[in-house]
Amino acid sequence: MSDADAKTLPLDAWHRGRGARMVPFAGYAMPIQYEGIIAEHRWTRESAGLFDVSHMGQLIVAGAEAEKGLESVLPADLSILKDGRLRYSLLLADDAGIVDDLMATRRGDHFYVVVNGATKEGDIAYLGERLPRGVVLDHIKEQALLALQGPKAVKALSRLAPGVDALGFMTGGAFEIGGTAAWISRSGYTGEDGFEISVPAAKVEAVAELLAAQPEVKPIGLGARDSLRLEAGLPLYGHDLDTGTTPVEADLTFAISKRRRAEGGFAGWHRIARELEEGPIRRRVGLAVEGRQPVREGAMVVDDEGTEVGKVTSGGFSPMLEAPIAMAYVPAASAEPGSRVTLAQRGKIFEAKVVPMPFVPHRYHRKGAA
Amino acid sequence: MTVYYTKEHEWIRVEGAEATVGITDFAQSQLGDVVFVELPDVGRQVTKGGDAAVVESVKAASDVYAPVSGEVTEANQALVDDSALVNSDPEGEGWFFRLRLSDVSELDGLMDADAYKSFCDSQ
Repeated sequence: MSDADAKTLPLDAWHRGRGARMVPFAGYAMPIQYEGIIAEHRWTRESAGLFDVSHMGQLIVAGAEAEKGLESVLPADLSILKDGRLRYSLLLADDAGIVDDLMATRRGDHFYVVVNGATKEGDIAYLGERLPRGVVLDHIKEQALLALQGPKAVKALSRLAPGVDALGFMTGGAFEIGGTAAWISRSGYTGEDGFEISVPAAKVEAVAELLAAQPEVKPIGLGARDSLRLEAGLPLYGHDLDTGTTPVEADLTFAISKRRRAEGGFAGWHRIARELEEGPIRRRVGLAVEGRQPVREGAMVVDDEGTEVGKVTSGGFSPMLEAPIAMAYVPAASAEPGSRVTLAQRGKIFEAKVVPMPFVPHRYHRKGAA
Repeated sequence: MTVYYTKEHEWIRVEGAEATVGITDFAQSQLGDVVFVELPDVGRQVTKGGDAAVVESVKAASDVYAPVSGEVTEANQALVDDSALVNSDPEGEGWFFRLRLSDVSELDGLMDADAYKSFCDSQ
């Protein structure tokens, strides 16, 4: 897609004014970087980065049967999800393929669901088919979404929205930033402590301006967002997850709640139950790649005869480890940490070792933790 | 000594039958942070427009093409330890390789500094 075809986000002019290089992503012109990916990446890990994620889909699922309806396509136990709490979950097809990954929050009488930008239209169509009549699905296009991530995010945001420091990881609440109503949750996609902030699109520029004016905060582009989530071991839909992968293969079994495992009753349950019982034939793992050269998405995992047995789904250079890292699907027999795997990219062989993820430890603000 | 430029954003500094090759400041700014460079072996024959090196940024891998044909006489080992030189000094310390030209007339189709600047402005 050329730049001209890309839709613009509410902060388009703001990004350009701050020197962002814009690229088409998920159908929108989005900032890939400002000063440089490595500098932005490190700034986020050391201080606080402001991300525009307004391309993502913000949905409201309401109605008496909203919980039951969502549970028919998600493996989460929403019955125990308290008000103001959110869960990472997976939108599943009947064959257990992953239609999307998402965050679902119980917010009073409805669920607030954030889905990926590139998949939101498909998700809405799929949910429309699968949710019972009477459940109202509303795509709230008039809301923009920001993320403020990093160890100093809480200090910066508390100055503007007093009380956010009381939120624990994976909880949210209603606040105000400079007089603008904001739904703020303590969550994110970098492995750091931080917040996701939903505000009206008409007010997002003023909010972004206030946030970026804090001394701890710099705007961060999509490039660093990708390298940060890779270091954090977090999968990216459309790359590490798709309709051809299952939650068990993707090593996301934590998203299949205990009650749901026992009771089933959601799309894909039969295959998931079998894979939980017998183990999947392949699994998503983290790889530490030898040498300095990054191995990218699309590189092959090969066996001793050079036959393709898996593939790299995300790969790049870790700014914190200063080494190449990757995520790949490998045969179950090679999926344990310490296993050696061989990769092939553009006719060249690379050696790699399966390592536990995250590559860089998470630093979430869990209540009760020190 | 004359410097020529390609549409693929390589520069080539020619001194007699010898030349030094690298990527331009425009190229490095488009690539962003360079994290790895794969250089050609000394003695390798490269052909005009053919693959000669690979430059990897955080985002992606890009081929570096030989602006002219010739034999590689030296590769910049400094880039192996410090690939960020490509960003900080692309048209100086961040050079990629040197070669002995096999056909000086191949330089004829390349751009000079002014033509390259206009070319970049039109991109």
